[in-house]
Amino acid sequence: MYRYNEFDRDFLAERNRQFRAQVERRIDGSLTEEEFKPLRLMNGLYLQLHAYMLRVAIPYGTLNSAQMRQLAYLAERWDKGYGHFTTRQNIQYNWPRLSDVPDMLDALAEVGLHAIQTSGNTIRNVTADHFAGAAADEVADPRPVAELIRQWSTDHPEFQFMPRKFKFAITGAPNDRAVTAAHDIGLRIVERGGEIGYTVLVGGGLGRTPMIGKVLAEFIPAEDLLPYLEATVAVWNAIGRRDNKFKARIKILVHEVGLDALRAEVEEEFTLRKPLYVGGRDVALLEEIAGHFAPPEFETTPTETYDAAYASDPVFRSWADTNLAPHRADGYAIVTVSLKKQGDTPGDATADQMRVMADLAERYAHDELRISHEQNVILPHVHKRHLPAIHAALKAAGLATANIGLVSDIIACPGMDYCALATARSIPVAQQIATRFDELKLEHEIGPLKIKISGCINACGHHHVGHIGILGLDRAGVENYQITLGGDGTEDAVIGTRTGPGFAYDEIVGAVETILKTYLSLREDPSETFLQTCRRLGIAPFKAALYPEAKTRAA
Amino acid sequence: MPRDFTPKVVTANHLLDGDVIYQTADDRWSRHHAEAELITDEAHATIRLLDAERQVDTVVGAYLADARPGTHGPEPVHFREVFRTRGPSNYAHGKQVEL
Repeated sequence: MYRYNEFDRDFLAERNRQFRAQVERRIDGSLTEEEFKPLRLMNGLYLQLHAYMLRVAIPYGTLNSAQMRQLAYLAERWDKGYGHFTTRQNIQYNWPRLSDVPDMLDALAEVGLHAIQTSGNTIRNVTADHFAGAAADEVADPRPVAELIRQWSTDHPEFQFMPRKFKFAITGAPNDRAVTAAHDIGLRIVERGGEIGYTVLVGGGLGRTPMIGKVLAEFIPAEDLLPYLEATVAVWNAIGRRDNKFKARIKILVHEVGLDALRAEVEEEFTLRKPLYVGGRDVALLEEIAGHFAPPEFETTPTETYDAAYASDPVFRSWADTNLAPHRADGYAIVTVSLKKQGDTPGDATADQMRVMADLAERYAHDELRISHEQNVILPHVHKRHLPAIHAALKAAGLATANIGLVSDIIACPGMDYCALATARSIPVAQQIATRFDELKLEHEIGPLKIKISGCINACGHHHVGHIGILGLDRAGVENYQITLGGDGTEDAVIGTRTGPGFAYDEIVGAVETILKTYLSLREDPSETFLQTCRRLGIAPFKAALYPEAKTRAA
Repeated sequence: MPRDFTPKVVTANHLLDGDVIYQTADDRWSRHHAEAELITDEAHATIRLLDAERQVDTVVGAYLADARPGTHGPEPVHFREVFRTRGPSNYAHGKQVEL
């Protein structure tokens, strides 16, 4: 993985020194909140409902064990002993004191981590496929390009005061696990005639106006990528709307100007910017960065311990069946550690749990960890012979829940338990749904299912692309939850369809149960997933089950 | 026709720890909603909010929140304000254990 050089270290130290001085000036009253707010946001510091919140970037979701241990240290030293992993591969600390934040940032810098541009109207943390570098279906590892974009966008003088925030995601595999179609720019690595290039999607995004990204360019070769991205962001920065915050994202520009007109503008800008990249320093840098991401030396040893445990231990087998994914190397697996134990808060890990995962990564998994946008932790490179030991250690730490991709593996934003923007709670809804289906023992019967919950229309919980999406709203002073069905965040991205009127806080779990029991009664056979049934039948049968009174009235 | 003024309290977050605070009638900031000044006059509410906003080295994001009289003092009306009086629902953190 990427190791900071002297420039990176100096840059970060200077940036942290500046922010420390800004915090001091805020505390002594020489900066007003109005003056301080844009400065703190540029450094990931929010003020939430009950306290400050520090959002730390985990660039492209990659961590080593030392970094994970430092995240644990921050949780214990300056927070309440836990951290919350988010849908954009960040970690959030919910209870820091303002005066402690500079020390937290210095502690992060010790391990090459930061909170820069995790907020504000800038280019945000670049996210990537959490299986990057390990997945069996990968064309190329997307992380070198993600790191290149991180370096290029960090403190980029042209892109510090944009109309709104700007989000990049990148996948190196045709199976899109990075939700690239729901980002301002989504990149997909493709191969054409032996050459690696990039398909550029533009104008995706969820929130108040959900849109699926459109293809701006089918194939951009590596040497043109950075100037092309720069041209795209620059065009939007110049002509994107600034009159209305809700219409300021690039998706609105695509919608209002049209894809072809935008493409023409971008290509014109590209021809102006491309000469600035003469000499190919960006390509040389990309190659240098790629060297940091060279795959580990994979061993070729027998997998007998795994095979024996799989055959004899049903608990291990159940976990292996749900939480392992195919690895590119023979004898290896990708392990997803679930942070979704039924009844717990999705995406939360205690400091002790973080240390357990760090230890396992160091001992068994080439010292690498990943954070997924689905709020789980991944050990990307594990030889199968280590899996029984890993499973045992995870079990002892309350981390061996076998539910990846199932009904209780729910994405939930912090919602009104923490977030100042939220209009309703999401965490307790997720907790109750997961607990209910665990009690009903229906989780494995239902099979693959993605439930995603947001506590407001900003859609941090990605509800539009959930197979079942839940959106919490404030309806006349009462929490109310709208349901969408049939959303999909993969390469076939689709925005879900709303079922109809929302449900009260104490009705929403029952409504989800109604939907899933309807699915079980309608599927052709157990191999037909919820999403497939939804696509085959549309939402009509689910609506009929959810709103029986409407049917009665119509009759 | 303008809507009738409904009673309010002035609330904000504390600059140093971000905790929810309420302005009292004797110009203190309390962590307890019940100690807030319940404001029933619109002009007075505007003045009290300005008083709060001037204290830039103590409070952040002051605003007027609906409230009503209760047995021990003012009570919040909206569920968001109820959550602010106690903390998150997923852990025993915040005011629900600290006050």
